[in-house]
Amino acid sequence: MATETTGAVSSCVDSHGSAIGMPQLCFEWFPNQIFWLVLTLVVIFLVLSRIALPRIAAVLAERQGTISNDIAAAEALRNKVADAEDAYNKALADARAEAQNIVASAKADIQADLDVAIAKADAEISAKAAESEKAIAEIRAGALASVEEVAKDTAAEIVSALGGKASAKVVGAAVAARLKG
Amino acid sequence: MAEEKGGLVFHPMDQFIVKPLFGDGAIGMFTVTNMTLWLALAAICTIGLMVIGTSGRAVIPGRAQSIAELAYGFVYKMVEDVTGKDGIKYFPYIFTLFIFILFSNFLALIPMSFSPTSHIAVTAILGFGVFFVVTAIGFIKNGVGFLGLFWVASAPLALRPVLALIEVISYFVRPVSHSIRLAGNVMAGHAVLKVFAGFAALTAVAPLSILGVMAIYGLEVLVSAIQAYVFTILTCVYLKDALHPSH
Repeated sequence: MATETTGAVSSCVDSHGSAIGMPQLCFEWFPNQIFWLVLTLVVIFLVLSRIALPRIAAVLAERQGTISNDIAAAEALRNKVADAEDAYNKALADARAEAQNIVASAKADIQADLDVAIAKADAEISAKAAESEKAIAEIRAGALASVEEVAKDTAAEIVSALGGKASAKVVGAAVAARLKG
Repeated sequence: MAEEKGGLVFHPMDQFIVKPLFGDGAIGMFTVTNMTLWLALAAICTIGLMVIGTSGRAVIPGRAQSIAELAYGFVYKMVEDVTGKDGIKYFPYIFTLFIFILFSNFLALIPMSFSPTSHIAVTAILGFGVFFVVTAIGFIKNGVGFLGLFWVASAPLALRPVLALIEVISYFVRPVSHSIRLAGNVMAGHAVLKVFAGFAALTAVAPLSILGVMAIYGLEVLVSAIQAYVFTILTCVYLKDALHPSH
């Protein structure tokens, strides 16, 4: 190549350092250009195919895996939330039913207590009533006895006032006969 | 191209000259040149993004790792969509092409830089490399059946030889268009930038020229990414033809 050199540097460049024609068509540079180009391409290819591209592929795959894992985890969590909600609702319903039961049983207890108390009160009232009746009967009996006494006394007084003389025995019998009659 | 008239100097092609980096002798095969430097920078940027950027292996990526994963996912999906599942094992080759062209194009947009992808020597190696590799894969995978690519079975019998001729021609033009498309785009953009910049020496048109440079620069940013994408997706399409030659 060097032997073909004319002018300052080569057949493609004039003595002022300007291009003669198109530098693209300067065939004496071709071997040099091709050599360096092929070297560059080989270096780039080796670096890419050995290091860069597998690494990026791995990173992308890893990211894809992470994303699908996260989505699966989110799905699981959502299911868990749904389960928890179901359990909560069930617990709520159970608690309601239990409360209902407790209210019903409390009502029944209260009713029973009430019934007992009412029965007791009734019994007490009837006992008191009986007692009162007895007392009244006694009083009435007492009153009758007093009436007899008073009648005897009165009769005796009347008899003596009329100038008669009556023994207590006779008067008593007469009053008793009257009272019976 | 050089035109000298009252300080207005255009050397739009000088930016593409390959120079030795050390000294100024002739350029032999192993001479370290400015192109070597910018190829090395592309390789270093690739390593920086794809290796150092992803060294954290974070499940929640940082900025560099996000970009690396974005590039990976973009090319991976492209390969998968165009070539199908059996094209996936060629993904590292296609990704190498994509990332190299992308970084070369973008690094070339730095002022005073050198653009390797503007050189036919570079893009022809890339394009013809794809052509030969894809053709070899076609024959290894399908044997003689690969020639069915040129024999359009769905066409009427009389038309088939004509179509076969057209298909063969188009097949062999592929690497040429594949490589010249990339080099042409990059070279034209950079040359136009230089021409606009050259006009900035004239005070009267300087504002217009600077606006033009800005606009073309924006366009070139787009072109850099789009050409990397186009080169990659065409590689995928050619690979698909090799893997599934039937129309």
